[in-house]
Amino acid sequence: MITLTINGETRNLDVDPSTPLLWAIRETAGLTGTKFGCGIAQCGACTVHLNGAPVRSCVTPVQAAAGQDVTTIEGIGSRATGLHPVQQAWIDEQVPQCGYCQSGQIMSAVALLSNNTSPTDADIDAVMRGNVCRCGAYPRIRRGIKRAAATMRDAAGIGEVADE
Amino acid sequence: MNKWTRRAFISAGVLAGGVVVFGIAIRPGNRAGKVAGLVADDNESLFNVWLKIATDNTVTAIIPHAEMGQGVHTTLAMMLADELDADWNLVDMIEAPAHIEYANYALAKGYAAGGVDFPAFLVDTVDGFFLTATKWMKLQITGGSTSVPTTGQHAMRVAGAATKAVLLQAAANRWHVPYDELTASNSMIHHAGSHREAPFASFARDAAKLDLPAKPRLKTPDEFTIMGTDVGRLDAPAKVDGSAMFGIDAVVPGMKYATVKAAPVFGTRVLSVSEASVQDMPGVRRVVNLGDAVAVVADGYWQAKQALDALAVDFDQGGDETVEQSDIFEQFSRDMDAATANGDEITDFEQGDARAALEGADRVIEAEYRVPYLSHAPMEPMNCTAWVHDGKCELWTGTQNPLGFAAEVADVLDMDIDDVVLHNQYLGGGFGRRAFPDYAIQAARIAAEVHFPVKLIWSREEDMRHDHYRQASISRFRAGLDAAGRPVAWINQYVEKHDPKEAPYIPYAIDNQYIHYAESKTHVPWGFWRSVGHSLHAFFTESFIDEVAHAAGRDPYEYRHDLLASAPRFRKVLDTAAEKSNWGAPLPENFGRGIAIHRSFGTIVAQVVEVEIVDGKAIARRAVCAVDAGFAMHPDGMKAQMESGIIYGLTAALYSNITIRRGAVAQSNFHDYPMLRIDESPEIETHIINSGERLGGAGEPGTPAIAPALANAIFDATGKRIRELPVSLHDLSSEDLGSRDVA
Ligand code: FES
Ligand code: FES
Repeated sequence: MITLTINGETRNLDVDPSTPLLWAIRETAGLTGTKFGCGIAQCGACTVHLNGAPVRSCVTPVQAAAGQDVTTIEGIGSRATGLHPVQQAWIDEQVPQCGYCQSGQIMSAVALLSNNTSPTDADIDAVMRGNVCRCGAYPRIRRGIKRAAATMRDAAGIGEVADE
Repeated sequence: MNKWTRRAFISAGVLAGGVVVFGIAIRPGNRAGKVAGLVADDNESLFNVWLKIATDNTVTAIIPHAEMGQGVHTTLAMMLADELDADWNLVDMIEAPAHIEYANYALAKGYAAGGVDFPAFLVDTVDGFFLTATKWMKLQITGGSTSVPTTGQHAMRVAGAATKAVLLQAAANRWHVPYDELTASNSMIHHAGSHREAPFASFARDAAKLDLPAKPRLKTPDEFTIMGTDVGRLDAPAKVDGSAMFGIDAVVPGMKYATVKAAPVFGTRVLSVSEASVQDMPGVRRVVNLGDAVAVVADGYWQAKQALDALAVDFDQGGDETVEQSDIFEQFSRDMDAATANGDEITDFEQGDARAALEGADRVIEAEYRVPYLSHAPMEPMNCTAWVHDGKCELWTGTQNPLGFAAEVADVLDMDIDDVVLHNQYLGGGFGRRAFPDYAIQAARIAAEVHFPVKLIWSREEDMRHDHYRQASISRFRAGLDAAGRPVAWINQYVEKHDPKEAPYIPYAIDNQYIHYAESKTHVPWGFWRSVGHSLHAFFTESFIDEVAHAAGRDPYEYRHDLLASAPRFRKVLDTAAEKSNWGAPLPENFGRGIAIHRSFGTIVAQVVEVEIVDGKAIARRAVCAVDAGFAMHPDGMKAQMESGIIYGLTAALYSNITIRRGAVAQSNFHDYPMLRIDESPEIETHIINSGERLGGAGEPGTPAIAPALANAIFDATGKRIRELPVSLHDLSSEDLGSRDVA
């Protein structure tokens, strides 16, 4: 039994400690928003936050998350509870195509913006190059991040920051 | 009749362009079979299979196509809603169930426009409400970029317009006013003379008793209120909060998990498998020998995967286990030579006398190109959940061809197709891969061995090694130029012919052409890959015309422009791309610019790429795209599809290379089949031309021209001609790229 917090809720998961966090989240905890793409930390589809930092859950044993805080796409925001600025920007820029990679893209983008609300193109590249989008939504992902950053700066009263 | 299966059709290439079906009328009191299930409560009237109207005045469009990212659910709903004059805020959609009433005749007819004729008995069902022909073909396929030009244009719009007509007639009857005095807008019917208005829903039941006109008047573009606008995609909200349900997300109470390993060499079998080798591993339930593959069923995917990796299994040898990629290319060359020597070249297209014209030409240019096998690698690996119970089989999966899948599973399990119920989910990418039912058949066969539902998930490695691949090919060209540098002869020979027939055709005015191919079969399974044959032929033809232009000492854009004098639609697309990209303007050092144009699925696309060479590596920095699909129903969606097609095509051109080693695919995951990522993704601008010509597709036409535009840009930057893809095979900083240069 592994005890951890997922999206603020304490969960006891009856799962082998070496099981990747991805499968514990999807199959044992029943949260299917986190996706399986490659299983070898090459695509980012499985990205979740462990204590606020992005990790590839497909190569993170669930025991590494024992007693810690995991956040998945379901914990970022929803239509019911209110969307995160990144999620809203994704709708405004019409980012998703098939949508399969987008949970991971959004988790990476949220992590980027939580450290840096004025990311340059190079900052975006450095973080987001870990997330593959086979539908090629990259130009819109870049625009979505910039739009969300502006929203977050406004909300924080940071005002205009020279970008690039 | 049973012979007319989907497979028979596509492999025989018996497909052609033409008119399409409408749908079927289901009236209250006539709720036969599974379609009745769509009328969820008695307050709804189902006019025909394409839409329903609820008492709260919401309109639900029933879309017989899968959503794999191309936005088709939104675009088709727009087309129906506009003709209906519905309030877009009150419009929703559901995907049609995999049932024979939704069979997609459209794809069969639209797929290979201009190709071979259909058997006559299939053709004349067009205006009827019930389409017998599709029932034989079991087609409900999303592919071939046909959804908008066929289903949208001929079914969704007609259904919307016909439904509006009967709503207006019902209002005319009730209000005792002339039909012509009524108007519809925003899901309301208005009578100006008496200042009356009422919602569609209040007339729906009466209208359902009237006969739908088979040929209602459709709007002209100046009357459009929704088509041609940028509404938000209906599926976007569910795709940003993790709530969208893909095939892999299906949850069926009591289900277990399976994963599978097929015989690595295509066409070989399992010799022996030792269940005992894994039966004590945690969570393992069953080992299933499928003949050509083995599966482990366990309590979780990870447990199944661990056990599968540990499983002792032997595969037999079928004779192909010694085949290497180089053998395949050598075979292609040999078969091409032999076809020429033996006179059994197969003609694709011929006009004039190309050989004589070549003889008489002032100069001859020759080149040979080759492309590798490609895997689709959609983000979501293949998966299907199956449950065999009570003489039925239920399936949850993402498929481009729900009805075909149900038919194939029914065949394998020896069931009636009505006993196979397929719940289609969002597709985490399709690109052609999810038209092949192998994974659903495996899931159904595994589920038939156990008494609980099973979710089969392929590992990425399995997905990459057991795909249906875009063919590898070689293409040889000879062109003859006259003294002024104009082409007078075009001879092209290639191997591995697949649909669509016109893929190797060129738009240029060259009087003497001979395009032909040689058969050269391999054991590698073939599949539709985004834009199918266009993906390789555009690279071949648009690279070679570029070589010809340079050989003639001409600017490659201007040369193409001159050769398109009698093809004004092409010329406008070409000119738009050139102009918007500032063709001819100086570029920074180590940059190059290339152009290409190609028509596929009725849509003409020209692209200009600006490439930068960094440490011997090509990086596309900017792509300018001009597209003429006749009319862009959803312009932002069209742009998204061009962006997507460009990045998909660039990924392949730069990196993708499936090779055969000892009979099996050598690559396995994204570390050795790399993907283009955001840092190498170009800035893309798309310019839409609404020519008003017949509608073309959007999902695939963005892909073909990008590889030659890139290769032509690399030539511009480096003087090195890329005649073999992917580009990553070549060190662009070295001096001797031209080893295969026969020009
Ligand atoms: S599934 Fe974890 S990085 Fe691809
Ligand atoms: S939206 Fe399909 S993979 Fe990114």
